Amino acid sequence: MELNKIEMLLEKYFEGQTSIHEEKELQKYFSSADVAPHLDQYTPIFGYFSQAATLELKQETQVPTIVKGRKRTKVWLSIAASIVVMLGAGTYVYFDKEVVSQDLGTYDNPEVAMKETQKALAMLSSHVNVGIESVICLEQYEDSKKLIFKQ
Amino acid sequence: MNQIEFLQITASFKDKVFRLAKRLLISTEEAEDATQEILVKLWSKNESLVAINNVEAFAMTMTKNYCLDQLKSRRAGNVKISHDNFTDKSARLDKILEDGDSLNWVEKIINQLPEQQKLIIQMRDIEQYDFEEIAKILEMNETAIRVALSRARKTIRENMSKIHRYGIE
Repeated sequence: MELNKIEMLLEKYFEGQTSIHEEKELQKYFSSADVAPHLDQYTPIFGYFSQAATLELKQETQVPTIVKGRKRTKVWLSIAASIVVMLGAGTYVYFDKEVVSQDLGTYDNPEVAMKETQKALAMLSSHVNVGIESVICLEQYEDSKKLIFKQ
Repeated sequence: MNQIEFLQITASFKDKVFRLAKRLLISTEEAEDATQEILVKLWSKNESLVAINNVEAFAMTMTKNYCLDQLKSRRAGNVKISHDNFTDKSARLDKILEDGDSLNWVEKIINQLPEQQKLIIQMRDIEQYDFEEIAKILEMNETAIRVALSRARKTIRENMSKIHRYGIE
């Protein structure tokens, strides 16, 4: 190929005006052994381009088998989980109620019932009256207050 | 579409997706992850994929967007080491002359270009797409692409001739 043509193509090339075909011609020229010395500086550029085009993906490509199936099982899994949780909560509440409503027993004889009730109430009042003695001394203050602020 | 059909369709352009991702992300591992991610995304679009007439262009657009997102998040994460070894060119010159590996130099220069120019160089000079296709993938008009391409090529030329002439002039 004449040098003139190559120089012209190069000029066009750097202006971004060459066609794919013309670029292929340039690549062919620069990959050949007899490149004009003053154009030698362009050899590595075209050399690199053809070398870079041979780079390949070494890694195996994998594609997930069935995308839809996976999503379905996820949905079912969450439904199953929610059922289990609801069952658990349900049984807990159900048995809890039974405990509350458990029978505590009763008395058949009214006299015994009365005695037991009195005993229970006495116990309650004894606990309530704890500390009442210490409150009695407060009356003293009440009296003296009345004495001072007599109207 | 079943798995085998899907893999057959994607096999034709998965290397291109990988190369584009590598161009932008630089790291091979990250580019591999990106490719895998893009394929999984495509696979999840399975049904609507049939309606798209140019799956390859669609995948390339996805790759571009995905990688730019990745770069954005990486920038926020303050990891930007890939260009650091460039600040001091003269110090590494011995090494350059030693290995004389000018192909690596081209790669390094391309890595320094702005993202958009990288994308265009990758698609035009390496993958040899038509301007029409590039315009579709990048959602730009053709004139803007030609301008950016010319700029990128000239930057590569300038940097390469600087390296080429170093020490002579």
